[in-house]
Order: sequence, then C-alpha cells, then structure tokens
Amino acid sequence: MSGPRHKDYGGAKLGMWLFLFTELLLFGGLFLLYGAYIARYPREFGAAGREMHLGFGTLNTVILITSSLLAAMSVTAIQRDERRRAIRLLWGTILCAAVFLSNKYLEWSAEIGNGIYPNSPRLAAGPPGESVFYSLYYLTVGLHGLHVLIGGTFLAIAAVRVQRGTINAGNYVLLENGALYWHLVDLIWIFIFPLYYLIL
Amino acid sequence: MKQEQEPHIIGYGKLTAVWLGLLGLTALTVWVARHNVGIGHVWGSLAIAVAKGGLVIAFFMHMKYEGQLLRWLLFFALSVLAIFIGFTFFDVLYR
Repeated sequence: MSGPRHKDYGGAKLGMWLFLFTELLLFGGLFLLYGAYIARYPREFGAAGREMHLGFGTLNTVILITSSLLAAMSVTAIQRDERRRAIRLLWGTILCAAVFLSNKYLEWSAEIGNGIYPNSPRLAAGPPGESVFYSLYYLTVGLHGLHVLIGGTFLAIAAVRVQRGTINAGNYVLLENGALYWHLVDLIWIFIFPLYYLIL
Repeated sequence: MKQEQEPHIIGYGKLTAVWLGLLGLTALTVWVARHNVGIGHVWGSLAIAVAKGGLVIAFFMHMKYEGQLLRWLLFFALSVLAIFIGFTFFDVLYR
C-alpha cells in the first residue's frame, strides 16, 4: 500500500482508556477481596498489617508520585517540541521505576527472611486470617510491581522513539498512552498504600 | 500529519503544584494513620486516597480537559466498580 497512512489519535487514546478501565476492574476485584476478608478476619488483618514497613511504603509512594509528575511533564515537553527535555524526563521516570522496584526487592527480602511468604511454615502454623492477608498482599503488590515493570518498558520504548524522532510534536500518541499507563500504576498504588500500610 | 484536535497543554508550574498537593496529602494521610484518631481514620485515609486519585486523573491524566465521551466512560467504569464493591458489602457486612 502506498500513500499516507491514516492515523486515528482520538481512537488510540480511547482504546488506551478502555484498557485502563479493565485494569481498574482487575485491581478493584483484588480490593474487593481485601474488603471481604478484612470484614471476616479484622483482628488477624490488624496484627499482620502492623508488621508492614511503613517507611518503605511511604518512600515508594513519594517515588511513584514524583515519577508520575515527570511522566506528565514529558508529555508537556513533547507538545512544546522540547525533545531533549522530554527524553530526560522520561529517563527520570524510568529511574524512579527502578528505585521503586529495588525498594520492593529489599522490602520483600526482609519479609521473606522473617518467614513471611505464601505457604511458609510460619504462616501455615499461624491463624488463617494472617496467611490470607499476606497472600493478598503478595498477589496485589506483586501484580502492581509487574505493572511497574511493563510501564517502565513502555516508557523506555517511548524515550527511544523520541530520540529517533518517530515520536514528535505532531505525533506523540504513543508517549501520551505510555504516560496514561504510568499514571494508572501510580493511581493503583495510591489505594494500595492506605489499605496495606496505613489503616490497619 | 498532526493530532486532529488542538491538544491542551498543561504547564510545568501547574503540574508541579499538583505534585506538591499530592505530597501534602501523602504527609496528611501518614499523620492521620500514626495519630490513631479512632475508627474515622479508615474512612479518612480512603477519602484522602480518593482525593489524590482525583488529582492524578484530572491533571496528570488530562481528564479535566477531555471531551464528554471519555468523561462519561470514566463515570461508567467507576460506577460499575462502586456497584460491585457496594453490593458485595450488602452481603458481607450483614451476614
């Protein structure tokens, strides 16, 4: 086929948003499970929740909020045709993602070192509510971590494309959609943080 | 080839202001949790999370500047979420 390719930017963004809605429902289901089980095991959830590392949780919240700011700024930069700044901001976002994940590694290592992991002898011997809490914790936070990895990869591809000029001030929907995905990852964390680290 | 609609550009200053707001709300929610203010702190923490989520969606995700279609779809998706969480609790809480 020859001739200019038709591109539907509104459609591309609509498609991304529809996908993000399914992601909201996916994590919504996990939050629903959390709600149903905390109603059943309030004391066990309270005891388990107090063992969570508030420092790691708060630090990672600040890192993700900052990374979201950098991603939003990169969209503004590309709209203003400030290519170099857009690239710097994108790599800044990806750096935040890497720091977030390495904090997660340290946090999980400490927990696994304390014998807290799905089906561990310590949890198997403890009350059922506690192992339910940690199973949900590892599932929800693990799935979120996977999203951080995917979002970081998505934004790295966008950064390379900005460098090559295939994403530019006239055609940046891929960067915009990558940033939308990244903000969703931040949005999910905004709810994980109080549920697992704060309210118990 | 150009993006068809004239896009709305959000300035760096405004984005930074939203970021400061988000940091402030994070500090507030940690403070509320540490100074156990009774049962209200669960709803307080969730209300703060909703406010933070609203800021992210409205400004970082540009929803404040989107058209009717995306706004209604967002409303619909959040309503579905609220219905399936709310209706489950009618069952779970009154067993």
